[in-house]
Order: sequence, then structure tokens, then C-alpha cells
Amino acid sequence: MSELRELYQSTILDHNRKPRNYRVPAAANRKAKGHNPLCGDEVTVYLDLEDDVVRDVGFQGSGCAISTASASLMTEAVKGKSLPEVLQLFDAFHQLVTQGPGSGPEDGDVGKLAVFSGVCEYPMRVKCATLAWHTLKAALEGAPRDVSTE
Amino acid sequence: MTEEHREEAALDVERVRRDFPILGEVERGAPLVYLDTAASAQKPQAVIDCLADFYAHHYANIHRGVYALSERATGLYEEAREKVRRLLGAADAREIVFTRNATESINLVAQSFGRRHLQQGDEVLITEMEHHANLVPWQMLCQERGARLRVAPIDDRGALELEAFAERLSERTRLVAITHVSNALGTRNPLEEVVALAHERGVPVLVDGAQAVPRFPVDVQALGCDFYVFSGHKLYGPSGIGVLWGRGELLDAMPPWQTGGSMIESVSFEKTTFAPIPQKFEAGTPDIAGAIGLGAAIDYLQGLGLERVERHEAELLALGTALLREIPEVRIIGTAARKSGVLSFVVDGIHPHDVGTVLDQQGVAVRAGHHCAQPLMERLQLQATVRASLGVYNCRADLERLAEAIREAIRLFR
Repeated sequence: MSELRELYQSTILDHNRKPRNYRVPAAANRKAKGHNPLCGDEVTVYLDLEDDVVRDVGFQGSGCAISTASASLMTEAVKGKSLPEVLQLFDAFHQLVTQGPGSGPEDGDVGKLAVFSGVCEYPMRVKCATLAWHTLKAALEGAPRDVSTE
Repeated sequence: MTEEHREEAALDVERVRRDFPILGEVERGAPLVYLDTAASAQKPQAVIDCLADFYAHHYANIHRGVYALSERATGLYEEAREKVRRLLGAADAREIVFTRNATESINLVAQSFGRRHLQQGDEVLITEMEHHANLVPWQMLCQERGARLRVAPIDDRGALELEAFAERLSERTRLVAITHVSNALGTRNPLEEVVALAHERGVPVLVDGAQAVPRFPVDVQALGCDFYVFSGHKLYGPSGIGVLWGRGELLDAMPPWQTGGSMIESVSFEKTTFAPIPQKFEAGTPDIAGAIGLGAAIDYLQGLGLERVERHEAELLALGTALLREIPEVRIIGTAARKSGVLSFVVDGIHPHDVGTVLDQQGVAVRAGHHCAQPLMERLQLQATVRASLGVYNCRADLERLAEAIREAIRLFR
């Protein structure tokens, strides 16, 4: 069961049980909806973006533990960050879950998000981990359409 | 029947398991527990050997060579068609059309029969439990023809509501398309009643038999339906081969769907006349080896005896249901009185996808998701379920390991 503990670290299980920022921010001015057709996961990310800084962020939706915890931890990670910082974190996170820890120059910048390092061992679950992030990116870019990880 | 006779008649599952080389493989450190036969069945050595033997010793294109090898290949291919005819109890081998899979068979009927018979304002009637394969082709056809897709409801246990089905049959209904066994819930539909109701109004019935043919004896003439489709890969045969059975007079009257080589009688630049059925619907070089491999799979399954397979799976389904009911966090989805081969469930507080991963980690292969039946999931107000499905090689120990793996998932997520 040790491999499973690698994937389902206690932080992930905790954020799955009690998602943080599971709400619509009062001053939200951007939103995007994401969908993973493979497993039916759905997430909507809301942003309060001002002067290219994420003042507030929240999410709602339903999905597996990996996608819920990823959305929850993402909101904590990007709150207060500037647009370039968020995009840099997006890349670092993407690298982490697709190639594993220590795979890129951004290594070490992901902070608490390192709990997702086990995901790279489960190719089928990468989309779960990245759904909220792709949706966040769409919200930042003001993309009018829904995003899908398929 | 005496007790000993009943013992004798049971499927010797240990022997069956030795016929499937993949069951000797180790997955994630434990012998594979394969509970995803509803998605695709594993292959017995007899099918694997048949394919290798055909390619090594008998391969050539069919229906055209003047040489002995091609005649031999043609003979084997047509012999496979005859095996399918016997399996389905069809009247004539000409009524058996080889396709890629059940999906393609349904598309063939939609594009050929459907386009010819569906006018603006007409209706096609399906059910809430259909696989996307028996839904989307009809939806597209209805959109194209200005027709209406009507849907017969199911009850909360996942059984078809027969009265509501009858109410939805109208003067405008041109076809009923219904599954024999639901891939997501295991519900076995009362086809005799469905066909009787439809035929009272002169409406033909297409049956999606993908989950039925590998699980119990099917006789299309006794069922009285008009089209019946299934996939080879779910019947322990190769992937890439499927079957459409249709009543001869219906197939005869239908226009070709795909056109090209093999399906013509004569061609000039002005006009083409088409070959008779089934060649009319088999344009281009078909999956020759696939058809012959399917024939080998049919031989294998009939060697086991489909009545015996049905009894074996019914016992396992009852056992699996009982084992899962002992786990308070588990809720079984689909509790119709008549079920075959499929055990769908959800676990309190754990998303099906996570259950699937934890089970996989313990060497238990199940499906987690919407099972290509999104409207059904919506009807049941679920995003997804975990589905354990049975095959001839499953045994008591597989279901015990399934139950243990679920308990492990519950401990992990507690």
C-alpha cells in the first residue's frame, strides 16, 4: 500500500475532505468551467483579478480526490500572485505531475504542491490533477469557452 | 437432476482459467483479477492460436483469388459466418454481416435502413439505459431527418418501465433500438414483451446484444427481433470484428452503406449494380483473420456451453452482490430483478475514479466512469460508478479480492 500513500498523501486526503476556497468570491470578475469527460469531473474556477494580480480565487464542482485536492491547493497557491507568477507555477506544476519531481528548472518552486509528485506514476490520473489548473488558465485568459482535459 | 449431476454440469473454472494465458500474469505484484469483461474479454489460447495459425498457413485475400490458398481463406471466412449464424439461431448465413464492432453495425442500420425509412416528424424509440453506441447514431439520424428521438424511462432499480415504453410507441415510430443487457447496470431487458409491443404497431426492433451474446444463449428467431448486433472482442474473440444480423428481407431492401470493392456485381462508369447480401454490406477487404478468430471464440464458448456460462455468472453475480452488501459504505447501482454479468456500485465518500485506482494498485482491474452512458448516469444522479463485470474465467476468489480491495480503499480514505 506504500505506492498508494505516495499518491494519496495525507495533505491530498485532507483537502479532498475539506476543500479550501470552495466558494464564489464576492468580487469575482472571471470564471471558467472545466470538464474531464473521462471520469465526469467538473470544476468551475472563479477569479477576482485586478491589475494582473489574483486578489481572490475560489472553485466549485465535483470530482475525484486528486482533482478536488488539486483545485483546493491551487487556490491557496495562486492567491495574491501576479499573472506571470501564476503562469510560471502552472508550468512547474504541469512538469511535476507529468514528469515527476526534479525534472525541470522550476523544481522546488511548487511548495506545498509537491504532494502531487506521486501523480506522474499514474498517467490516467494526470488529467485529474491538471483539470483545475487548465481551467484557471482559461479563466485568466478570459477564454469564453469551456475547457476540457480530453 | 441429482446433486452429483449438477456438480458435473458446473463450469470447471480452474480449467477455464488455464485456457487464458493473461490470467497467469502478475499485475502490481499480485495475480491479475480481471473484472472488466464488459469492456472487453480476455482471449483464450484457442483464439490466439487460431490467429497465428491462419496467418502462418492459410492467409490470402478472399472471394477473388483463383488459387487454392485464397479458396482456403475464403472457406474459413465463410465457415466463421456459419458459426455466427448457428450462435444466433439465424435462419440463413446470408443474414450475417461482418462489421468492425457493434457500434459499426448500429451505424450501418442507422445510415442505410434509417435514412431510407425516416421522414420528417417520424420517431425512433430508445431507452434511458442505452450505451452511447445505441444513442448517438439515432440522435444524429433524427437531427438529419427532422425526426424525433424518444426515450423510454427506467425505474430507480434500473429496470425498463414497460408501460411507459408502450406509451411512447406511436404512429410515427419507425424503429425501436434497445439493449439486451445494460453495460452499465447489468439489467436484462424483457425483449419478448418489447418486441411484441413494437410489432403490434408494425415497428421493427434493433437489439444491441454486445453484453448478452457472451453471457447466455441467444436465439434471434425466438426473440423475434429484426436486427441484432454484437462485438467480437467482448465474446473472447479478436478486436476489430463485429456482427450485424438482420432479417433477410430487410437487408435485401436496404441500400448499401459503404461502397467500393467486394460489394459490387458489376461496375461501369455509368452504373453499378450491387452484390447480394451479405457482400453488399462488406465493402473492401474485411478483417479476415478477425472473423475467423471470432469463429474460434464461438467454438470455445460453445464448448464450455452457454447455459453453463450463464449459470456460472449468475452464481458469481449473486456472490459478488452478497459480498458487497456486507460493506455498509457500498451502494449497488442497478438492482433490477433480471441482471447479467455486471456489478455497478459506488462507495460512500470515495469517488469511483479513486476506488478504481486503489483497486488497480491491488491488482484488481475494474472500470470507473460513466460507462459510455452519460444520460443514464444523469438519470441516476451520479457522475460515475465503479463497475466490476464478469467473464467465464472469474471465480469466487476474484470477488473476495474485490471486496477486500474495497475495504482497503475505505481504510485509506477514512
